[in-house]
Amino acid sequence: MWKFFHKLASPPHFYRVAATLIPWFGIPGLILIAYGAYAGLFLVSVDYQQGDAFRIIYVHVPSAYLSMMAYMMMAVSGGIGLIWRLKLAHAVGAAAAPLGAAFTFLALVTGSLWGRPMWGTWWEWGDPRLTSELILLFLYFGYMALRSSIDDTAKADKASAVLALVGVVNVVIVHFSVEWWSSLHQGQTVFKKGTMDADMRIPLFAMLIGFTFIFGAMVLRRLRTEVLFRERRTRWVRELVLSPEGGK
Amino acid sequence: MDSSNLQQPGIFAGLVAIIRRDLLLAWKRPGDVLNPLFFFAMVCTLFPLAVGPSAEQLTFSGPGVLWVAALLSTLLSLNSLFMSDYEDGSLDQMLVSPQPLPVLALGKTIAHWIISGLPLVLISPLLAMTYRMPTAVMGILMLTLLLGTIALSLLGSIGAALTVGLHRGTALLSLLILPLAMPILLLGANTVSLAAGNDVYGTGIWALGAYAIASISLAPYATAAALRISNE
Repeated sequence: MWKFFHKLASPPHFYRVAATLIPWFGIPGLILIAYGAYAGLFLVSVDYQQGDAFRIIYVHVPSAYLSMMAYMMMAVSGGIGLIWRLKLAHAVGAAAAPLGAAFTFLALVTGSLWGRPMWGTWWEWGDPRLTSELILLFLYFGYMALRSSIDDTAKADKASAVLALVGVVNVVIVHFSVEWWSSLHQGQTVFKKGTMDADMRIPLFAMLIGFTFIFGAMVLRRLRTEVLFRERRTRWVRELVLSPEGGK
Repeated sequence: MDSSNLQQPGIFAGLVAIIRRDLLLAWKRPGDVLNPLFFFAMVCTLFPLAVGPSAEQLTFSGPGVLWVAALLSTLLSLNSLFMSDYEDGSLDQMLVSPQPLPVLALGKTIAHWIISGLPLVLISPLLAMTYRMPTAVMGILMLTLLLGTIALSLLGSIGAALTVGLHRGTALLSLLILPLAMPILLLGANTVSLAAGNDVYGTGIWALGAYAIASISLAPYATAAALRISNE
């Protein structure tokens, strides 16, 4: 068991393992998303309150969930990288950050599109989840900006890991303070979620799991390039690139 | 000479020494202290010019404007927190000194707060007056600013330590610190608004106090770790 992990931390080994893992994440992910999207758009009956507009939930909720999971992933891998000095852990943070930011953006856009028919406005400051999601997007921007402004990779890794850890503590505070704040300003709009029907819920679960798998596949793919880039001066990369398969 | 015989100053002595040193340095260069203060006053002047002088509007937006101005002015002064020490090599001395680095970082941050945060708290009633804030609310404003600037200085010290020695320092520092500082702004400004509206405002003050205490106890460690990383 431990031996497997120790071996995995070695870049050339990881590079090969990741290649075999990607389809194992990608294919189930695609199937689940295809099913979830079809069921969510066509099979699930129209909501009696929201009409067809609620169907955006099948994209919105998985993106919002992934936006937070990616941040946790960055923070945890940053912590692992700082404590055990694993370079691969830092590479995970670097690979996950733009994906996390993309999912945060997607969650914001779909949330805003959903808000238009529900609340009558594209943006509702009174909703705590929208506001804290926006702050999360800024946290991602800060993380990526810090990473890109330090030239030395090892230094950028550690500095951004510290930032991610500080940020993860703050995300909790952001959540509670925004909740308190919006309860002060709450006028008309908060949309209360009732219990969901089972046939509505199953496609949502499929989408959640599918999105997670696809996210896993994308992280692995980005990690492979990241590892290749970081190890560009080593022998195994040179041999790999010069080999007949050309880096497959 | 055997170094073990050397009298080592205690942790508290080290803390006091670095605070005194930074205060002395600031005393010799009063511009560093005054510039953020002028900036604070000027931002507060900009808003009435932009939104109009109606008393109603000023009373309504006053707490928010004062708080945003305080946040921006703190941010402005944070950039220089470790800059001069980095440039003249004092920072390297702090890194190799036998004193624990978190204590030194805390000392520097306390000095920074005395230089930039405290004056801001002290002149805030003056500016609040121009926004027609009732006298009773000014006490709340000062209290929230007091707690808030402590938290901001400490939080900002992490960002300043992460970006010390980078070329794109200032803009990057804002990008790193502003999202982290949003809860402080939100708690502070809304507490003052609540107090101005004769509402229950206790929650915000307790939360800000908790934030300030948590950042005093945790932030110096992050700042120290960031300083070590930045100076590898």
